[in-house]
Parts: sequence; structure tokens; C-alpha cells
Amino acid sequence: MRANCWYGKQDVRVEQVPDPKILNRRDAIVQISSTAICGSDLHLYNHFIPTMEKGDILGHEFMGEIVEVGSDVKNRKVGDRVVVSFPISCGKCFFCKQEMYSLCENSNPNAWMAEKLFGHSPCGIYGYSHLTGGFAGGQAEYARVPFADVGTLKVPDTLSDEQVVFLSDIFPTGYMGAEMCDIKPGDTIAVWGCGPVGQFSIRSAFLLGAERVIAIDRFPERLAMAAASGAETINYEEVNTYDALMELTGGRGPDSCIDDVGLEAHGGHGIVYAYDRAKQMLGAESDRPIALREAIMACRNGGTVSVMGVYGGFIDKFPMGSFMNRSLKMRTGQCHVQHYWGKLLEHIERGDIDPSFVITHRMSLDDAPQGFDTFLNKEDDCIKVVLKP
Amino acid sequence: MATSRRQVTTQTEGGARAEPASAQTQSGAAQTKRTRRAPRTRAGRGFGRQAATKNTNGQKLARGLAWFSIGLGLAECLAPRAVAKIAGTEGKHTGLIRLFGLREIASGVGIFMQGERPAEAVWARVAGDALDIAALAAAFASPKSSKGRVAFAAANVLAVTALDALCARQLSGNETGGTQVKKSIIINGTPGELYKFWHDFENLPTFMKHLESVRITGEGRSHWVAKAPAGSQVEWDAEITEDRPNELIAWRSVEGADVDNSGSVTFEAAPGGRGTIVKVEVEYNPPGGVIGSAVAKLFGEEPGQQISEDLRCLKQVIEVGEVIVSDGTFWDNGLLTQRAARPASSEEISQTKGAA
Repeated sequence: MRANCWYGKQDVRVEQVPDPKILNRRDAIVQISSTAICGSDLHLYNHFIPTMEKGDILGHEFMGEIVEVGSDVKNRKVGDRVVVSFPISCGKCFFCKQEMYSLCENSNPNAWMAEKLFGHSPCGIYGYSHLTGGFAGGQAEYARVPFADVGTLKVPDTLSDEQVVFLSDIFPTGYMGAEMCDIKPGDTIAVWGCGPVGQFSIRSAFLLGAERVIAIDRFPERLAMAAASGAETINYEEVNTYDALMELTGGRGPDSCIDDVGLEAHGGHGIVYAYDRAKQMLGAESDRPIALREAIMACRNGGTVSVMGVYGGFIDKFPMGSFMNRSLKMRTGQCHVQHYWGKLLEHIERGDIDPSFVITHRMSLDDAPQGFDTFLNKEDDCIKVVLKP
Repeated sequence: MATSRRQVTTQTEGGARAEPASAQTQSGAAQTKRTRRAPRTRAGRGFGRQAATKNTNGQKLARGLAWFSIGLGLAECLAPRAVAKIAGTEGKHTGLIRLFGLREIASGVGIFMQGERPAEAVWARVAGDALDIAALAAAFASPKSSKGRVAFAAANVLAVTALDALCARQLSGNETGGTQVKKSIIINGTPGELYKFWHDFENLPTFMKHLESVRITGEGRSHWVAKAPAGSQVEWDAEITEDRPNELIAWRSVEGADVDNSGSVTFEAAPGGRGTIVKVEVEYNPPGGVIGSAVAKLFGEEPGQQISEDLRCLKQVIEVGEVIVSDGTFWDNGLLTQRAARPASSEEISQTKGAA
């Protein structure tokens, strides 16, 4: 089959590789009909996440048709049209039983690597470095789906691929970012980053009853998409984010702040950015937490900072004084996709939201390298790329 | 035997409750081993600290070695040419020497950062020494090097290696030179279920990657075959030395084993009905002794990690019915043995132990 493989910093290639096979009894093989490039794939593309191997197949947002099932998969059959969750989850362990699927204790065969970096391991993830398992990803014609009975969601034929494929990651991820804010009527939510996850956080915050959402980015097309969702916008290249937020909220600050940016943030004062960038290059700091620092400083007293942007290692100049003295809360996590996707499919079926609004580019799988380049450089107003194998 | 007596003393001093083994042992044969098994604490609660009195010497030595490391590292980083000249190697390897210098500084800092018992950091120094020796061996083979100086440098490195190994052994609290490993994991299930599964030793190879087979050969006796580093195999006969239903199983190799080893596993109900805490303690004399162990550690075959991985696989077998494989791992979990995350060919799959 053909698959998009990682070979180094900003080097991905579509290659011919062996077809996947059933390796465990709860596996299924999915013939992929749609797959997407995630913002977090760009962290791999830029080689900020360690433990990548040359030849790794990328991709963790995909869907398709089941073409083979293992002997212990009882609730799925060949021919089912399914979306695949990016967390690989056993459904049986301490965390899966609490529906905290991204913390599965049994799905990462390389948990020891993650333990060295994180202390404990999260779940296995498709196409997302070896410290989350070394599982082949879904930017391919076929994929092996471990624990397919837990990690697939059957979707009705009345909905198109483009309407449901993002149930694999970015819609639930954006939703969880908003849900962790524990939104009350009248709340104002600020969202850093108007990439695909940010867009879903904005819409989800409204779905969950937020009164106002303030979206922060620097790309006019992304801010325009946020505004179309009903958000007020701040372009941090034109105004100071903190000052603008205080002006909009009468100096109290947003009730909750969502960091949908993560470890490759831009912005802040030029000097702060240069400081983090330099430390990152020297390896003295693995992540640039500019959005996170701003979110903490801006959040109202007693508010919640919700972190969905990906961090990979260590950060510097964490404003602990602000965080501690002002009774802030922080919520984080890779999304527990399987906990959310049933409810979100209902929202799609009811017409509350059509997730295809984020798609700006549709390409063939063979054009994946160009897709990565376009997405990375935000060329051609690129927000979300969907690939067809 | 002397070792175990010392362990009894220190554990009792440390407040851990040591019990005579005789009350629990089942067979007469096991009773003769009472001194060896005596230090087991009740239901394995807590990991005792051994040879606490020996550690002050080890700690002083470790601090000395740390400063030595940092000094040598600085010299290697700042004046690699001078270091190359003294060691008799060619001048063009300054980059490599600088890298070695960084490693020295890191291991020195590591010793200070690891706190009171920097055993692991000192073991890392032993592994680093092995790299130095390998580099010097390569230099000795090179026609351009000064053989006399290289030999002198090698003699110095060997002396430091001996000191490092001594220090690491003191800090590891083990005078026999054997390797002790203690690991634990929490698994859904009752102590009784887990005891029963483990007690059928022929189940062990389903989750222990390095174990080829275990065959029951008689009352409380079994024959074990395991994979060893570099493709070799080791075999031994083992006997059960203590067996408390639903609580503890202890075993040791009998005379004539390729690798002398002993171990125990305890099963303790986790609080709140959250499954069972399984604790494994293993002591063995690795082939190649302490240096072999340190080198194995460097290449990801360190016994502590093996046992952690085995326990993780046990958890998978109990909770989801089988060991989970990824494209990158199959059955070899070492960092250097990761495959790319892409489907394996049929030939590769047929060669792996975990193939479905």
C-alpha cells in the first residue's frame, strides 16, 4: 500500500510499504477513505517530538471501512464504516473504565520511553513517535486498528466523510478544551490559537453555553473563520493581547482561557519569543510556552486555564506566582475521544455543527508532502488539509 | 549467606518487619534455606534498604568521582587537543573527545543530582568507562596513534573503571556483585487470581520476553530456558523455596545454573479494591559481571527494565488477554531495536515470538 512516511525534519515521502495485518485478537484492518493532517503532525514534521524513526507512517485522524476483524472483535464487522479515535485504548484498565481513554495503561508497548520523559505514560497513539507506541499512522491506504471494538465509531451513511472524519481527534479535542472550562451561563472564554482545534473550541464553547468567546491569532483568515463562528477577535500582531482582553472584560479577565497553541507558539514580546526560541534551539527548553504564559496572566482570579495545545517536554518561566496567588485551576490532557464522540456525532446529526467548515484543502494522499508544506507555512490561507488515499 | 544476614540486620534496623521464614515455608527442603529467605518482609510491604552502613563510604567515593568527572569533562571540552596528545590518539578526533567531555560532565552532574544514593548515576559512569575503553581500543589499533601513551591512558581508565564499579556496587548495597532488581505493578484482579496465574510457571513465558520456556520437572522444581544478550541462551533448574497461597512465591536456582538467581513475587490487595500490587524481587549474577551489566544497561537490556517490561506485559495478559504489539516493537522493546512504525512484512512477522 502507499503511505506517508517521516524521514526527518520537514521531510515526508509517500512510499510503497507492506499492507498491515492483524497482530492482536482485538485488531481490525481499516481501508482508509479520508485522512487528515493534524496541527500536532507539524510538531513531528518540525522534529520537536523525540523518538521518531526514519520511515514511520504518520497520521492519527482517519476513517474508512473495516475490511478485516480479529477473532475477539465482537461488535464490529467487515463492511462497517467507521471513524478511528487517535487514542488507542483497551477499554479494560483502571483509566479506560473511567472513560479517561487517553490514559490507557495497556496500549503503549513503549510506555517505558514515555515514563523516562513524562514520569508516566499516556496511551498509545497512531503515527505519533515511538514514545506513544510506534504504531503506524493513518496517512495511508490501510491501517491496523488495535482494540477496534473500543477505538472505532460506526457512522451513518447519511453523513459525508468530511462531516465525521474530525470525530477522530480535533472536534472532540476542541470540545474537551471547552468542556474543561466548566462553562457557566454568562461566561467569557478566551481561546489562544485559531487553528482547527481552536475553531472547534470556539464553537464548542458556544454549544456549552458561553456568552462570549474571544479568539486570539495572527492570521486574518483564521480570525475571520473564528468571527464567522460568533467570536470576537484579537490579532496579537496588532494589539497587546493582555491589554485587549482587559479592555473587553472590564479588567477582570476571561472566566476561562484555552491554550490551543502548544509548544511552538509565536508572539509575545519580540524579546520573549527570541529568548524561548534560542533556548529551544540550544536544547535548554524543549517547548515555547508563550500562549500558556499569556493565558495564565490574563485569566480572571479563580478561573480555569485549559491546555489542549501539545507540549512535549519542559518549559521555562512558568508564572507560578500568578497561578498560585490567584486561585487558578489548570486542566489538561490528550483528548479522551471515545468519551465524547457519541455525543458529538449526535450534534452533527442534529445539524448543530458541521465540522467540515474547517477544511480549506483537499488533496490526494500522494500529495501529502505538499500538504505538509502548505499547512506548515499557512500558504494559500491553509487551515485544514484532508487527504484521500 | 553472609549477605542475607546483613540484610536481616539492616532491614530490622530500618523498621521494616522481618519475619522468620520457617513459619511460612511448606517443605522441609525450603526450611534449610531459611537464612536466605529470612529477609522477606511481611507480604513484601515496602522495599527494604540494604547495607545502609556501607553507603557513607560509597557516597564519599561517588562525590569524588563526580568532581573527577566534571574536571576531566571540562578538560576534554576546553582542551581536546591536549587530551588527545596525552592519550596518544590522533589530533583529528577533537569532536569525539568534546562529546566524551560532555558525557563526563553530565555523569558528574548526574551523581550530584541523584541525591543520597546515586547508584544509577555511578553505574552510568561504568557504562561511560566502557565507551572510553572501546574508543582507546580503536585508537590502539590505529597506525597513527602512540601505542605507549594509549596503553597508559587505558591503564588509567581501567583503574577508574574499577573504582567506579566498586563505588556503584557499594551504593547498590550488594557485596556479592550480583544484581538486585525490585519492581512492582498494579493489575486489575484479586491476589488469588494473580497468584494462581503466576504459580503455573509454564504461563511465565507468555509475558516474560526473555524467557523461552519453563517446564515443570517435579515437586516444586522446574527447568528454565532464557534468551541472553547477543543471541545466546542460558538455562537453569529452579526450586520453590517458599510458597504462601495468594500471597508469595519464592524460588532460587539450584547448583549448576548458567546464571545463579533467586527471586520472589508477592501479591498484595491494592487499597480501595483497585486490583493487586504485584512486586517482584530478583537477584542474580549476570554473565560478564558488573561491567557486563553496565554495558547491557547502556544498550537497553538492563535487568530492571526487562522486569518492568515483563510486568507490564503480565498486566496486559491479565487485563486484555494477550501482549499488545505495535509496528515499532513486536517483542523487542529496546530503544535500539525499534522498527520504523510501518507494517512488517510477512517474513518479519513469522520470526517474532508474539506473532498472532
